[in-house]
Amino acid sequence: MTQQGLATAPLESARPPRERGLVGTVVNSAWPVAVGLTVAAMMHVMLPTTIGPFYTRIVIDSGIAIILAVSLNIVNGMTGQFSLGHAAFLALGGYTAGMITFYGSLLLWNSPAKQGGFLGSGEWLFAFACLMGGIVATLAGYVVGLPSLRLRGDYLAIVTLGFGEILRVILQQTRPVIDSVEKLKNAGAAQLWPPPVGGAVGFNGLPKYTNLFWVYAFATFMLVVAFRLKRSSLGRAMISVREDEFAAQAMGVNVARIKVLAFMIAAFFAGLAGGLYAHESGLIMSPRDAGFQRSLDYVLMTVLGGRGSISGVMLAAIILTVMPEALRDFDQYRLIVYALLLIGMMLLRPQGLFGIHEVWDWRPRWRSRAATTRSMPAKGGRPNA
Amino acid sequence: MADFAQTLMTALAVGSLYALIALGYTMVYGILKFINFAHSDIVVLGAWLSFTMAQRLLPMLGLDPHNPATTPPLWVGEVILLASMAFCSLIGFAIERLAYKPLRKAPRLNVLITAIGVSLLLQNVGQLNFVFGPSPQKMPALLPTWELLRVSLPSANGNRDVVVGLVDVVIIVTSAVLMIALEYLVFRTKTGTAMRAVSFDIDASALMGIPVDRVVSFTFVLGSALAAAAGFLYALKYPGLNQPAHATWVLLGLKAFVAAVIGGIGNVRGAVLGGFVIAFVEQFGAFYLSSNYRDVYVFALLIAILLVRPSGLLGSTVREKV
Repeated sequence: MTQQGLATAPLESARPPRERGLVGTVVNSAWPVAVGLTVAAMMHVMLPTTIGPFYTRIVIDSGIAIILAVSLNIVNGMTGQFSLGHAAFLALGGYTAGMITFYGSLLLWNSPAKQGGFLGSGEWLFAFACLMGGIVATLAGYVVGLPSLRLRGDYLAIVTLGFGEILRVILQQTRPVIDSVEKLKNAGAAQLWPPPVGGAVGFNGLPKYTNLFWVYAFATFMLVVAFRLKRSSLGRAMISVREDEFAAQAMGVNVARIKVLAFMIAAFFAGLAGGLYAHESGLIMSPRDAGFQRSLDYVLMTVLGGRGSISGVMLAAIILTVMPEALRDFDQYRLIVYALLLIGMMLLRPQGLFGIHEVWDWRPRWRSRAATTRSMPAKGGRPNA
Repeated sequence: MADFAQTLMTALAVGSLYALIALGYTMVYGILKFINFAHSDIVVLGAWLSFTMAQRLLPMLGLDPHNPATTPPLWVGEVILLASMAFCSLIGFAIERLAYKPLRKAPRLNVLITAIGVSLLLQNVGQLNFVFGPSPQKMPALLPTWELLRVSLPSANGNRDVVVGLVDVVIIVTSAVLMIALEYLVFRTKTGTAMRAVSFDIDASALMGIPVDRVVSFTFVLGSALAAAAGFLYALKYPGLNQPAHATWVLLGLKAFVAAVIGGIGNVRGAVLGGFVIAFVEQFGAFYLSSNYRDVYVFALLIAILLVRPSGLLGSTVREKV
């Protein structure tokens, strides 16, 4: 059982050794980021004109789903804690970012409308707001991570779910949006607290800055962090906590720190994605986005993709974003299909599509038998869950 | 005083409902150690089945289901209650056999995810047009609107009447009867002893010749029957039935689960206690503090209890096995 923490080792060592130091930073981080940003910019310039607004929207949705699912996978997949409250971070980030862009634009430019074009002043305010959303969500992630030190499994799931529901109710009690500078200047404490973010109807009137470039720029950032994390000592510590908490502790891993850190990293990226989500055209950020139903969407993606497989989860995020659009005519049946998918997956392939492996680790069985007999864990992933 | 008495009455009725639902959660958790997320959907099924049956039965008796003034004789309600309990038991049995039994040896997290899947499935099948439909409905009145007691009590602004309605009394009495029956079954019969043995140690009880699969199935049947009863009573108390996938149902189930955790999960008496604790916190909090935050009180209480006393009020501390 304890060997399973090292289960990925033979596969990892099959690749060329990693560069270290400055060269390593360039090869492993700067280079992928540069490629990602270039791709994002190219997508932004070329895609909307070629595939039209409908498909652009789906590509944007997929990008946001990737960020949320892969970040949730750091907690649920890598560290093995079961969080059912990921949407709470999404909502927290989205509302924070929304407040910054909306009231920031109001104070800076006297109107909440979009300012400047591609990479113009408005977009930089938006990027800053997303980062702030991520930071606020990180703080919340610290708070939500604390119970994970005392609770495990189902109890933790219920507590994280409780956090999401509490946030949803609190967001419903917020004040209506103040939409002009004069009203904002004359507003008393009664209009400003609880914060004026729209209450139950949602945060209306946000400038819609989200575009392909920012979504995939942030997605690149997320993915580079996720892949680097998986191969770092911190990531290995997380995996060891997932495989066997007590053995990890005995090996000198600070389990408490690792768990809280996993929650904080995941929350940061969920908050970032929340900022993107809040500013996506055609959507209104509403308290329902903090609730259980939305968290479930992302849990489904991590389960389907394979808990611990970054590329698998990415693939699942794309599939589960595109599928509802394809099944739009059968909207009644969409969630039934999801449900059957979830149950069938657990009965037939509980480790997810890719288990703990990446997409490119896959190869025909007869060629990889030697490697898999040494590296595959027992059926079902975690024995001691 | 008047306000207090009225809130107390509501809290008792709502508390009995939470307790009935919590019993199902706690029994399943006690034996299989996972949260049966689909349990709240059995409650929904019970409520909607009662609605469907009432809708069909009343015209047969020459009554108009949409007219609250005409109520059927009392046996109609009883028939509906028993029929819906029987049907839900069957569904509970089927769910256990098809979805959970194959996963008996799988990690608990997988079972939890399966349970979420079953819950989604029940909700959305229920929403289909040819099942219960995607819109809210009004439950026909099955009980006359009698006032059993009306007292005038002093309150902050003059005297106010406190009314004890037939519905509240029926809810409290029915739940009490069911809970006493369950108490007898669990602690005084051979089947109950087997259930407690399986919940104590599933492998050892199999070695002792207890038919574990049958006991587990029976637990699901029992829990589903109680859930169906709770659904029926809920529909009597709040006749405006929301569609099966509506958030209110999920929340109802969550609160009942919270009740089971607060009482000490796996503990039958704890679940009843937890149900009333939750109902009191929710109702009195809603009345005296602010009704907007009623769900927050419940979850805040849950988090507080879990951090201070993770095994619940009546739960015994069990060391996690490594």
